[in-house]
Amino acid sequence: MAFSMKGDFTDNLGRIYGVYVGGFAAFVVLMAVFEMVGIPDKFILWCYIGATIGIYAFIGIMSRTAQVSEYYVAGRSVPAIYNGMATGADWMSGASFVGMAGTLFVLGYDGLSFVLGWTGGYVLVAVLLAPYLRKFGAYTVPDFLGTRYGGNAARLVGIIVLFACSFTYITAQVYASGIIASQFLGIAFEWAVFAGLAGILVCSMLGGMKAVTWTQVAQYIVLIVAYLLPAIWMSTLLTGVPLPQLTYGQALSQVAEYEQILGVAKAHVAPFTTYSPKDYFFLIFCLMVGTASLPHILMRFFTTPTVREARKSVAWSLFFIFLLYFTAPAYAAFSKLNLMSLFANAEGLKLAFDQVPAWMLSWGSIEGHQLVTICGQKAASLDAIREACVAVAQKAFVDGGGAADAFDAATVTGFSYADLRLNNDMIVLSTPSIAGMPIWVVGLVGAGGFAAALSTADGLLLAIANALSHDIYYKMIDPKADSKRRLMVAKVLLVVVALAAAFLARTKPADILSMVAWAFSIAAAGLFAPLVLGVWWKRTTSAGAILGMIAGFCVTMYYLIGNVYGFDFVKGTGDEIKWFGVAAISSGIFGVPVAFIVTFIVSLVTPAPSQEMQEFVDKLRLPRGGQLIRQSS
Amino acid sequence: MSVTLPPEKAKAHWSRTKNLMFLTLAIWAFFGFVIHFFVGALNSIVILGFPLGFYMAAQGSLIVFVVLIFWFASSQNSIDEEFGVAED
Repeated sequence: MAFSMKGDFTDNLGRIYGVYVGGFAAFVVLMAVFEMVGIPDKFILWCYIGATIGIYAFIGIMSRTAQVSEYYVAGRSVPAIYNGMATGADWMSGASFVGMAGTLFVLGYDGLSFVLGWTGGYVLVAVLLAPYLRKFGAYTVPDFLGTRYGGNAARLVGIIVLFACSFTYITAQVYASGIIASQFLGIAFEWAVFAGLAGILVCSMLGGMKAVTWTQVAQYIVLIVAYLLPAIWMSTLLTGVPLPQLTYGQALSQVAEYEQILGVAKAHVAPFTTYSPKDYFFLIFCLMVGTASLPHILMRFFTTPTVREARKSVAWSLFFIFLLYFTAPAYAAFSKLNLMSLFANAEGLKLAFDQVPAWMLSWGSIEGHQLVTICGQKAASLDAIREACVAVAQKAFVDGGGAADAFDAATVTGFSYADLRLNNDMIVLSTPSIAGMPIWVVGLVGAGGFAAALSTADGLLLAIANALSHDIYYKMIDPKADSKRRLMVAKVLLVVVALAAAFLARTKPADILSMVAWAFSIAAAGLFAPLVLGVWWKRTTSAGAILGMIAGFCVTMYYLIGNVYGFDFVKGTGDEIKWFGVAAISSGIFGVPVAFIVTFIVSLVTPAPSQEMQEFVDKLRLPRGGQLIRQSS
Repeated sequence: MSVTLPPEKAKAHWSRTKNLMFLTLAIWAFFGFVIHFFVGALNSIVILGFPLGFYMAAQGSLIVFVVLIFWFASSQNSIDEEFGVAED
């Protein structure tokens, strides 16, 4: 058995994951066979979730470790290409998987700001940060700040920023995994959250970074197959060519024709119909810089064997992320085409009530969410749809000068494309059923979304728990702790953080979920300047970096809270601030320059860093010679 | 253990590294931002059904980013090898 060859596990990676991919393909085929022989849908969906959690748990248990360096940085033995896959899974959250194509579906060109912002940031990671952080040899991002900027003050500020950007993010991932589990297992959300929690803990608790790395590789494979298959399916069906990324040009042209027929004002490919150009470019900037500052992404590049591999692995990471992100616009175009053709081919361009497809009702009737909106109301049942559309037509009739009693409800027989609204988050999960794909594809997509949410949650969980155990407990509270005790503390804190996120997610905190988009601006404002300047400008002093971080973080938080809630902390009371019309999601546009300017000025007025520190930075810039700080194990 | 280069050699290595950084970031800024300023004009060119402005944001710039990082990684590596500071 490959897994028993512990010492040369990394030599056998190709074989192990080859077997895994074969096994996964066989499993999907088995599910297709199950469907053909008439095994109930529900059983197939349970199999998907159960089997994937099972395999993650297996990898997690096999990768358990009692070594500190394996727990924190996977023993620094992850080859570039595998680290790329793990980073891909770490990066692509439940929201990317579930929501990206939906956002593009709804926003058209303007939604591409997310596609650009979430890929371009890796150039910054590769050029400015990853190789130097790897050379440095830290276990966590605050560890770098603490060492470069001499002391616990910088470390503590780093931890606060890390916590601010990562904790809301992980809560959203647990929430997403709960939603998917409840949807596919047919159990109540309150309990499904714990299915998600179990899926997260089995990957991370026993083996820390080592276990998370190898499960993330496995999760990447599941999620990319699950994402590509329906897109390839639609492309083959509609154009005969199984390359959706090349053929969706045709779909775009067709969509444009339908937009003419159906009288849709916002063309899919037209720029700046929802965002102004300023919103669009500010958002791209904040997402890019945020990507290059998120601790759970940066720490993935601590795990490669060398500096050279760290650089290469950023390239592989972006390649694996690119596979999903360049498919998302195709997904959106084909889904839109499918949906529009329903209306464009209907009589009078109205979808008759007796023609409403089953998926609209099954997704529309889900309790507690409004995923399908028809004529302004939740599409809970056929009667609800009819009632809503009749009410709208009646109001229009009366407003147009008609007498209320002259209105004949029987004339309302259907609704138009403009009356239909789909929630962004349902597009990917529902597309297989909208396009009439079999249940084994539906289950696969569910397993992919689940993998995406779990893998990101694991990365975030480690980033938070490791900062607490390594930076706060070991470096600040008890530097004499032995490795056994350190690992125990790390594992206990990991479970505590995971439980806290699960209990918070269980309350369905709408505000917290909308705060996830803030994480990028917060990380960018608080961490980008001290990390980049720490490497690229020797003159950066501790006081400069600390004050710069505080200033950037505070300005961004001030704007976020002020813009969204106002300073009475209640939404919509009229005391909200707005500077230059910048949206909350792009608030890093203020914090990032402030952090750089404050760091720069304060550094210049404080005494230069010691000769020792300047030589240290010189060494940081040369790959040869092994990592700079020795971690005691 | 740690290597120390003679100061002028270390300086030359770092200036080559910095130049590569500026060049890479210039290409990044062009494809991340500048080219998208012209989306309106580019959209009038349609290839295989793709309006070019839309295509650049949906696919073109992404391909450039991926190739750019692979190219950067190998260029930086040859600089390091030239100065004898690459890892063994």
